Amino acid sequence: MKEGKNVETRRDFLKKLFTGAASVAAVTTFPSLSLAKTKYYYPPDYWYGMLYDSTKCIGCKSCVVACKKANNLPPELDEYRIYDEATDLTASTKTIIKVYRSEKGDVSSFVKRQCMHCVDPACVSACPVSAMNKDEKTGIVYWRGDRCIGCRYCMIACPFEVPKFEWGKAFPKIVKCDLCLSSYLPKNGITACADVCPAGAIIFGYRNELLEEAKTRIKRNPDKYLPHVYGEKEGGGTGVLYLTSKAVSFRNLGFPAIPDESPAAYSESIHHGIYRTLAPPFLTVGALYFLLKRNNKE
Amino acid sequence: MQAECVYEKIDRKLMTKPFLFFLLVLLASTVVIAIRFAKGLGFVSNMSDGYPWGIWITYDVVVGTAFGCGGYALAILIYILNKREFTPLIRSALLTSALGYSLAGFSVVVDLGRYWNMYGLLLPTRWNLSSVLLEVALCIMAYTLVLWVEFLPTFAERFGIDVKKLEKVTMVAVILGLILPTMHQSSLGSLHLISTVKLSPLWHSSFLPLLFLVSVVLMGYGMTAVESLLSSYSFKRPYETHLLKKLSPYMIYLGFGWLILRFLDLIFFEKMKYLFSDSFLSVMFFLEVFLFLVPSVLFWSDRQNLTPRRIFIYSFLYVLGGTLYRFNVYLVAWSPGDNWVYFPSFMETLITLGIVSLEVLIYLVIVKKFPVLPATQGVK
Repeated sequence: MKEGKNVETRRDFLKKLFTGAASVAAVTTFPSLSLAKTKYYYPPDYWYGMLYDSTKCIGCKSCVVACKKANNLPPELDEYRIYDEATDLTASTKTIIKVYRSEKGDVSSFVKRQCMHCVDPACVSACPVSAMNKDEKTGIVYWRGDRCIGCRYCMIACPFEVPKFEWGKAFPKIVKCDLCLSSYLPKNGITACADVCPAGAIIFGYRNELLEEAKTRIKRNPDKYLPHVYGEKEGGGTGVLYLTSKAVSFRNLGFPAIPDESPAAYSESIHHGIYRTLAPPFLTVGALYFLLKRNNKE
Repeated sequence: MQAECVYEKIDRKLMTKPFLFFLLVLLASTVVIAIRFAKGLGFVSNMSDGYPWGIWITYDVVVGTAFGCGGYALAILIYILNKREFTPLIRSALLTSALGYSLAGFSVVVDLGRYWNMYGLLLPTRWNLSSVLLEVALCIMAYTLVLWVEFLPTFAERFGIDVKKLEKVTMVAVILGLILPTMHQSSLGSLHLISTVKLSPLWHSSFLPLLFLVSVVLMGYGMTAVESLLSSYSFKRPYETHLLKKLSPYMIYLGFGWLILRFLDLIFFEKMKYLFSDSFLSVMFFLEVFLFLVPSVLFWSDRQNLTPRRIFIYSFLYVLGGTLYRFNVYLVAWSPGDNWVYFPSFMETLITLGIVSLEVLIYLVIVKKFPVLPATQGVK
């Protein structure tokens, strides 16, 4: 009789414990459903950025050459081995000029691509060993070779396809624009590309001031510009901002349609959410240990 | 904790024809691995700036560790639901798990571009706590260790060490063995939460961690059944049908559960409209769904007359389904843009085959030299 009662209580106890554990597990792995928050940021005034006005760019590629010179990058030669003929960002090309056509095909437009220096960068959030960093003083996103393990999760995470990898080398690096932080900027106070541009299409400065400038340009020339500054809110906001003409949309300039919430914030809200609910995970450990001890006494 | 069941080693010749075949594949891939370290990743693989992760991550790590979740899935049954009758299956499942995880770790070393900085993963000063990959890396490393500790009694038994002394250690290992896979197997799905732009909306979802977790437990049972039947067949031992039959209800629950979650996500987040928007991805989606649906339905309708062959086929379909789901998330439905394509190169595939071969080789050595498989009734 006594023994039977004991078994009964043990069962009851286990049942309770199991339902407890199961509901903890369900809550912890069930993603939070209220995620449709729109998040974009107003970064500090002292964070740098660039403004690229595609209506001014003449496609001379001086910026590409200046960047290579300032950052000591090799050319990507054409078939006659004379011209640098890079067509996209690569491990030896940190900035590139591309040309796109409007939807109707009647107007073409240049666009300069380089790291966007996101306000809340996906690559920085993704990197397991803090090799991708956002400099707090300048807002520049830069890479640290002394830490990088070459997992390439930054490349997966970046919505703009910016970080590149030296696939052909036995001891490769991750390569991306750092607004000349380690080269031209400290001496000259400006990035090499912005310094050299003869058309005034690239302006270097404080991001918030450049945003104001972009908005002023739209206001002054409402017929010329598309009334939208790309990078103000896209992906949580970017350090490099873009203006385009009415004829060519940002989609047609090759920019992704990216939600205002940064990929980093989205990922972290769910991933961290799971563990905040799980907190403290040791509680689960304790419960399981107890359960095992009980089960094992049979 | 495993003393309640008797295990035996398979007393058979080691050097068989299949053994030599796998050895040959391993040797060939060793050469390619040497080339990879001498000449760089681009020389042997088709990975690119568009597709920085190829089959090494997708197959060897993500699918490979999922194959290795038999130990975890059985541990849930045995230690949480207290279904002790499954204990005979645990040792071989643990061995497959330990091997799967160890070799996933090895292929990561091959895949890492700057492997010489790898020690940084162990330096808390470098940890980036918002990185999903950091959690995955640390959990997988810890769990690999745990799996071998859980497997220790097998070695201890072989060398005549009292298993009881190990019980305290294995107890802690069992608990960690329940928690760590729950964390990193769901996080292998979370890794692509950040792919908000590049992963097709049919797959990108806040449910990613949950869908990965549910399907990995299912794959764990499926793999346990497949492995048990396969080793019974090739070592000409009696099939463990009576036990495997008891696994099928859990597989049915998980199979239907996964499907419900999959469609709940599509309905709740209004993504049904994408179902037919891309002919290729639509085909992949429905193939994936069928690989979960068909075995669930068949297991259910055949529940009264399950033969070893049927259990094998249905379990195998589940394993395929989980594998396809992972390939879809990591490669097929993940796209950096139309100007990029990826298909694994010959040498890249050879490295993967070599790693699989190494797994089979070590498995064969251990089951033939150590008591892993449950003793057949006639013998003991």
